[in-house]
Parts: sequence; C-alpha cells; structure tokens
Amino acid sequence: MTKVAQISCGTEYSGIQWMLNDIAEQVGIELVYPEMELSKVELACKEIGFEAESPSLNMMIARAVSMLDDPTIKGALLLTCFKCSEGTIVKDTIRKYLHEKTDIPIILYSNVEKPKEIEIFSRLEALKTLIARKTLLMREKQEGTTIGVDSGSSTTKAVVMRDDEIVGEGWLPTTDPIKSADDAIEAALKEAGIPEKEVDAIGVTGHGRELVSEHVKADLSLEEVSVVSKGAALLSKRHKGDATVIDIGGMNNKLILMRDGIANTFNLGGICGGSSGRFLEVAAHRLDVDISKLGQLAMKSKVKKGEEEFELQSYCMVFGIQSLVVALASGVKREDVAAAACRSVATQVYENQIREMEVRPPVIFVGGVSLVEGVKREFEDMLGVEIIVPPYSQHAGAVGIATLVSGV
Amino acid sequence: MKVLVYPPNSMILSDLVERGGHEAVVLMKEISKHVRDAEIDAPPINITEEDLKRALRYVSVEEPAGLKGRIGLLAPLLEKAEASIILSDAPPTFGCMGCAVADEFFKFLIRKREIPTLEVKYEGGEKMEEMVSEITEFLERLSREEKKG
Repeated sequence: MTKVAQISCGTEYSGIQWMLNDIAEQVGIELVYPEMELSKVELACKEIGFEAESPSLNMMIARAVSMLDDPTIKGALLLTCFKCSEGTIVKDTIRKYLHEKTDIPIILYSNVEKPKEIEIFSRLEALKTLIARKTLLMREKQEGTTIGVDSGSSTTKAVVMRDDEIVGEGWLPTTDPIKSADDAIEAALKEAGIPEKEVDAIGVTGHGRELVSEHVKADLSLEEVSVVSKGAALLSKRHKGDATVIDIGGMNNKLILMRDGIANTFNLGGICGGSSGRFLEVAAHRLDVDISKLGQLAMKSKVKKGEEEFELQSYCMVFGIQSLVVALASGVKREDVAAAACRSVATQVYENQIREMEVRPPVIFVGGVSLVEGVKREFEDMLGVEIIVPPYSQHAGAVGIATLVSGV
Repeated sequence: MKVLVYPPNSMILSDLVERGGHEAVVLMKEISKHVRDAEIDAPPINITEEDLKRALRYVSVEEPAGLKGRIGLLAPLLEKAEASIILSDAPPTFGCMGCAVADEFFKFLIRKREIPTLEVKYEGGEKMEEMVSEITEFLERLSREEKKG
C-alpha cells in the first residue's frame, strides 16, 4: 500500500469518504490524515501566510504543513467542496506551498456529493502510477524496437519506435477496441517495414488499455496521465524544468503540470464532448469541411479578439450546433463560425481545467485536437503564451508508452 | 425545555443546559444515531443521502456539498428546538462545524425560528464567570416560563 495524505476540510460532511476509501483500496493507496496538535494550527497558517475564516480550512493548512514531517507519505490528495470559493483559495495555496517544499505528486479535486466513481478512480490510479513508477517515468529515451498503443475513446493510435525514432504509425477510429488496436498496429508495422517478431516489447495506454493489453499480451499497461505527459516531454524534448501539458482528445481533456518530464499535478475534464474533438467534428460536418481542414478555415477569420460578432458555447453540443446553424443562416462567414467553434472548445477547457491551476510555460499541446490550428491560436490569445505543438502531437500517448515499455 | 446550543457540539454548553434542568439539543446525539444505525455502513460522521435531501429544505441545490451535509445533519436539531443559546466568537476548540458559511447560516436559521434565544459573546479569562451567569439566568427564566405554561 502506498501512503497518500488526504488533506481536506471534511469530506465526511459531503458523504463521499466511503467512496474515497473504497477506490483508494482498489488502486493500492492507503489514505492517511497527517496528525498535528491543535495548538499548531495558528503557526501553520502563519507558515503558509493564509488564515481562513473556516476552522476546518485552517486545519487543512495545518495538515499540509504537518505532512512534510512524515517521509512515508508519497503523495497528496487535496479536496474541497465544488463551488466553495474559500476552499478553492486554500486548496490552491496549499498546492503551491507543497510544490515549493516537496516534489511528491499532488492531485486536486473539487468534490460534489455524488461524484462519478470513474472520476475519482482515474485520478487516484494516475497518482499511484506517478508514485510507484517514478523511476520508470524518469526515462528520457526509447531503446530497441517497441510498439506503443493508445486505445482512446475516439481513436486508436499505434506507433512503432526504433532507437528513439518513430518509424511507423497507425491512427484509426475506435470501433471494437481490440480490432482497432490490431489494425492500428498492423498499419504502423507496415509503414515501418518491420516484422512483428522483431518487436522487443509492446505497451498499451488509454481508455481501452485493459482489454487491449490482455489481447496483445502487453509488457506494460499504464493510465494516460503519466504516459501522455511523458510523451509530451519526449516529443517536445522538454525533459528538465517546469512545463504544462494540455491534452485534448476526441472525448475528453487533461491539464497536466510537469516537472522534469514527470507529471506532478493534473486536472482531468469529465467526459464532455463539448470540450473535445467531438464538438469540432460535428461543427466541421455542419460547415461541410473535413475536420483536418477546420483549423485552417478558422485561421482565415479576420475577426479581431474582442470584436467577435457572435459567441458559440459548447457546454451543450446541441445548443452549440444550433447557434452555429443560426449564425450561418444569418450570414456570418464560415471562417468566423469555424473560429468561434475553436474558441468555444478552448474556452471550456480554460474555464474547467486551466483556471483551477496555473500555467507554467512552456505549454505543450497534444492530442488529436492539437492538430486543429484554430484551437492552438485561441489558447495563445487566451493565455498570452506561445503554445508548442510538437510533431506527432496526436501520438503523445502512444510515444510515451512505447518509450516507457522499452525500459521495462 | 429542549434547548439548542450553538456551537452545536459544545460539551460545556450542553452540560450547562442539562444542569439547568433542560434537555440539551446537541449534535453529538444526532451523530450517535448514525453510529448506532445498523443500516449505515460508513464512518460515524459520514452523512447519508437522507441528510443531504433534508438540507434541501433550507439550502439550494447549488450550495457546496459540505455545506449541505452540515445543514442536513443540523436540521433535526433546529426543528426540535424550543429555545436556543448562541455563543459567538468562541474558539474552534470550544466547538464548531468547521465551515464558516455553515456556521453563519445555521445561526441565521436559529434566529429565524423566533424561539426564545440568548445571544452571548464568548469571553475568556475572568469574564468567563459573567458569561456562565448570563446563561444560567437565561435557563432559569426558561424554567419559570415553562412552569407558568
């Protein structure tokens, strides 16, 4: 069991502690509550420089300070209630303080009373990987001949790598995860011109990893957060210092803060088509343009920032597409509509993920949506920093796992 | 009389009420029901779905989960109280619900019930005796009114 400090202001009052305990046990995590004397609460608040109105939040601060005295704690889970402004401030202040004092991985979560189990499971599973596989995740180079498969919710990607180079790739829509993986691997091997028997190892990541890894008898199967961040670091050759990874796929998104090529804080979007490639696919269809050309069409828009004629919001895909159709019918140019669609995806990711954390340049944009130039431009406008889209950015997961499996 | 105390988990206030011949309406009793209920397979303070639903009589569904849980747990106390003592500015060790908003809102709900209420400020040191006397006098007054019917 890996010890993880639960630092919260009272999840038992939200009625979710039983769920946290159950899921932690499933992924091999022991949740512990750092002990401290009540008399130390005031001192801890002074140490961090923030004193909250709520006593439980001050207690939370004290637990965070106390946690640093326990070397057996390998990770931290920071929890406050969703929509609690004071809690959000404290949670973020604690995260920044812990990042200055320690390099243990930290995850943040804003809980509601009925969270989806998968949301908590995926976070704790990623935290466990970051702790238990730290040595493997430090790997900066792929060796030998390996295959990496990213069995995503929307598409399946496979790469063949040889001596730190991508020599073959396959990218197909996910239908039956096993068949899609087989086809993607076959395409990647064909492009590489390498027979299967010459492959040293195969690694799998993504939503369908359990099914696919069993089928292909994978040597390594890991969740996406640690793998995608590693892939982003490898593709952009940013192995040292801080970086931020934005990963937007066909059905979901992630924001990951990295230090020295390893994720140390992350925020996962729910499975919402509105902040993913799915919305852009539907928008592209209505604009009668191939998804691969949507970004270029958006780049033709001459509308200046702040002077947009209309806003598209993709929180509800149905209403979003309805607004798009109305805009086209009222004479708005296609390129302006395409730009608005890109802006709407970037805005939703900003509002739900980025705003809850900070952005540490450089920002590396990966996942299928990173190929849509219009979204990249919107992020650059929004964040005021240059966004790096490395080559093979859509294959970050596959490259990450192909590299990691070469070290197993 | 059933006297609700605030902070709702204050052992000292609870003891004063009992000594004054009244029934203290306190959080510990509510939590003890959760502990003894064989149907609840969760840690003692862990609130249930029923608690959360009960909170909706007082707070909107949009409120943070922890606030709803706290108010849901406190609601039965509020509903059975015939009088109350609100102690303000007490240190957290004297008793509290941990969440400043839940604390403020619960005090507001008590006042809205318009039951006989004593509001007294927490005073440490030498002034502690005056505070206790004020509470005792209030409890005696409640006893007299109860006898009068």
